[in-house]
Amino acid sequence: MKKVFAIILAAAMVFALGASAFADGAFKIGGTGPLTGGAAIYGNAAANGAAIAVEEINALGGIQFELKYEDDTHDAEKAINAYNTLKDWGMQISLGSVTSTPCVATASETYDDRIFAITPSASAVAVTEDKDNMFQMCFADPNQGSASAQYIMDKGLASKVAVIWKNDDVYSKGIYETFKAKAAELGLELVSDTTFADGNDTDFSVQVADAQANGAELIFLPMYYTPASLILAQADKIGYTPKFFGVDGMDGILTLEGFDTALAEGVMLLTPFNADATDEKTVSFVTKYQEKYGEIPNQFAADGYDCVYAYCQALTNAGCTPDMSAEEICDAMIEQFTTMTFNGITGDNMTWGTDGAVTKGPKGMVISNGAYVGMD
Amino acid sequence: MSFLYFLINGISLGSIYAIIALGYTMVYGISKMLNFAHGDVIMVGAYICFFSLTRFNLPPLVAVAAAMLVCMVLGMTIEKLAYKPLRQATSLAVLITAIGVSYLLQNLALLLFSPNVKVFPSIVGNGKISMGDIVVSHVTIVTIIVCIVIMVGMTLFTGRTKIGKAMRACSEDKAAAQLMGINVDATISVTFIIGSGLAAIAGVLLCSTYPTLVPTTGSMPGIKAFTAAVFGGIGSIPGAFLGGLLLGIIEIFAKAYISTQISDAIVFAVLIIVLLVKPTGLLGKKTREKV
Amino acid sequence: MGKTIRNSRTRTVNFITYALVIIAYIILQSMVSSGNIKSVLKGMLVPICAYIVMAVSLNLTVGVLGELSLGHAGFMSVGAFTGVTAAMAMFYGIPGVAPWLRLLVGMVTGAVFAAVAGLLIGIPVLRLRGDYLAIVTLAFGEIIKSLINNLYVGFDSKGFHLSMLEDKTNLLEGGKLIIGGPMGIGGIKKISNLTAGFILVMITLIVVFHIMNSRSGRAIMAIRDNRIAAESVGINVTKYKLTVFTISAALAGAAGALFAMNYSTIVANKFDFNTSILVLVFVVLGGLSNMLGSVIAAAALTILPEALRQFSEYRMLVYAIVLILVMLATNNPALRALIDKLKPGRKNEEKEG
Repeated sequence: MKKVFAIILAAAMVFALGASAFADGAFKIGGTGPLTGGAAIYGNAAANGAAIAVEEINALGGIQFELKYEDDTHDAEKAINAYNTLKDWGMQISLGSVTSTPCVATASETYDDRIFAITPSASAVAVTEDKDNMFQMCFADPNQGSASAQYIMDKGLASKVAVIWKNDDVYSKGIYETFKAKAAELGLELVSDTTFADGNDTDFSVQVADAQANGAELIFLPMYYTPASLILAQADKIGYTPKFFGVDGMDGILTLEGFDTALAEGVMLLTPFNADATDEKTVSFVTKYQEKYGEIPNQFAADGYDCVYAYCQALTNAGCTPDMSAEEICDAMIEQFTTMTFNGITGDNMTWGTDGAVTKGPKGMVISNGAYVGMD
Repeated sequence: MSFLYFLINGISLGSIYAIIALGYTMVYGISKMLNFAHGDVIMVGAYICFFSLTRFNLPPLVAVAAAMLVCMVLGMTIEKLAYKPLRQATSLAVLITAIGVSYLLQNLALLLFSPNVKVFPSIVGNGKISMGDIVVSHVTIVTIIVCIVIMVGMTLFTGRTKIGKAMRACSEDKAAAQLMGINVDATISVTFIIGSGLAAIAGVLLCSTYPTLVPTTGSMPGIKAFTAAVFGGIGSIPGAFLGGLLLGIIEIFAKAYISTQISDAIVFAVLIIVLLVKPTGLLGKKTREKV
Repeated sequence: MGKTIRNSRTRTVNFITYALVIIAYIILQSMVSSGNIKSVLKGMLVPICAYIVMAVSLNLTVGVLGELSLGHAGFMSVGAFTGVTAAMAMFYGIPGVAPWLRLLVGMVTGAVFAAVAGLLIGIPVLRLRGDYLAIVTLAFGEIIKSLINNLYVGFDSKGFHLSMLEDKTNLLEGGKLIIGGPMGIGGIKKISNLTAGFILVMITLIVVFHIMNSRSGRAIMAIRDNRIAAESVGINVTKYKLTVFTISAALAGAAGALFAMNYSTIVANKFDFNTSILVLVFVVLGGLSNMLGSVIAAAALTILPEALRQFSEYRMLVYAIVLILVMLATNNPALRALIDKLKPGRKNEEKEG
């Protein structure tokens, strides 16, 4: 038995001490995300989106990128290992982590190591809190919560609302709390407040029934689209037809394989990205993504794509070159990101504050005949 | 919301747990091993059914049959390759191997079927019927009926048929069974095949009720069903039925009447209390200890 | 006669284990000090120490006591959350405390709370046997996870404030919310280091070897091998079982605190069923009652998935296959016979692997 271990250990050591970084004419850009495991769908989307942007930019012949995504299985411990692997590879600029909890962990490392980072999709406030070199491409959670409550109130969508949220998830909880506070402030009546958690995220009969019994006219769903699709199906099962209102995690629900889009008819969501948009940039991205990966990109892919383009713009403006150290680039990037305006496929005229949070207009969308339509 | 509505939903969820628990309990009874890969066989069954329905447009019953067939072959293969060589090893060694098989199936599914969520089309359609103030979907009713049919069928099978009796004999005492001319290896294989076939049915019902399918779909229901099997007394077929049903009902009631936030904690707390009162589960046999 | 041989053999194995850990520490520490180490390996040193402690302490329950526990990560969780809370409260409450003292207080607090949890869980649970005990430990692990996901702990000038389900801590000005329900603990000062990890591993080994080689250890093993016989010669089964369970939990708690303070954030979902299983895999692969095996297995299997990164998306698949093959190979009768032949002195002990 010990021999087997000796062999495994020896092999492990060889790999661990394997190929090291070498300098060439490209910026080394790295990110971690769940490429395997239950959250793999998000990590792969962001990595694929970033890969397309890198391909496009490299083809132009100007700034060159070398992209590497490492698997963190949506776990903080693995994310640190993945981050360190990237550091050994010679990463100069980072895409942080795709999901919130791992990103809080890696953000503290990028801060200590003075490597600039912008995460495509880790939206928790703790990600950017107290870190001058950590930025977000997605909305921070609190903004989404209060913006949603404001939107529901302004448009007079409902007076009695229910909320179902995921109580072991930073993202869901963050949005829920600000939504609740804002709803109270605006006088929206929260009649039903129920939760679910990992491992208990398939049966929604109780939560939906509770909303129905309390006469909710609208159910707010601060969560990703997988559980949301189950809630829609459950409501349909009992013939309950309230309005549904989602956040950016809801985007992608129409691309679920086999999903009956009739269930999502009339669902409203605030999302920065719309795969059905007809502007040139989006169409080009969606076409390329479909060709390469055989599916319609979701918001994560679009955020990953925008991150690389934002880097491209900032690096060009700052006149950075690939032979600069990570720390030098970091200082230049902090200056650029806090001053520049960026137009991407997840929004126009994006700007960043010194706190790392992005300012961009959320687009109110409503699903009609299986496609997004602007609400305004 | 009415008590009856929650009860029906609980029974439906519990029926699925019961069918999965049955697979656990049968395999445990005969080989004294916790087959942790059982939950992942459920997932494979669901994927096969999904592709049969959507890609090959097979009729629902044929799709279910295809899923059962694939799972049976899979179950037999796993048993032959991974568990049989360990027949003489400690139960812990087999447990770890089963965990390895579970990882293997999940990661294979991830590579073959992609991590993207598939929305499972209900095999009995999305119809529903109203009973007074509550609405019950066809899937719920079918799930409960299938569960009852399987339980009655399995009870008759183990009690009346030759293979069923051989299975019980092997559970009691393998050496004695062998002396009586029973082919123990073949009997264990048959148990795995039946258990895996049931897993396929459970997978189809699970995904028809809760229509999202990902490579990790089977793991949590697997653990809960394992809990249910122990709850009812592991090794006992009526125990699996009772344990599964109760677990489903408790889970729904805990959410409905206590708190959705800590429902899991409540379910497991009830389990612990029951085991403290009845240390071998609700219908488990008390084994006499020999010196 | 046989007893003396075994005793001297045990002593040799213990000595080899200590020596291996000390040598590994000296080599790694010198690599760290000279900066001559890959970041990825450096980042894994503390978690490896924590997993070694987890594996050795679980081996005490599973291997030496012979009771299968599927909820060991629950104790790690209790230790992690209480330990970090204590260390953070100290940081905010008493300015200027040295990091090593905070780490020490954190680990001791984690160990104490985990021991209390182990005792409270152990009293009812140890009445059960075999797989029923296993399922109850699993259930406790899940309950702990669920409760911490709904626990809010704040600290201000008036001391600690606790609330469940929602944040009702109402902290005073300058107060700090330490445990934020599903958010877990954020903003942890990363004060764990290899030396602390090494010391904890050594303490764990000393405690465990001491138990195994003492009178109590022989009593415990007698319970494992034949409970009724042990009872009939007057061994207090409950007392010994509870002692082992509590010590095992305390060590896991210290490991949890060490582990948590290596990261800037920690959430309850980290310590779920899968983590318990992971540690159990270390124990079984390393060999029951074989502490040296646990140490090596924990280190090797923590490094393995990272070493397999070059297989990218096939990495976890390869890990699963390696796991199955190692189990099949080490339990293969032909191979076992060969090992037995090569080591004539080991025949008596092979059965327990």
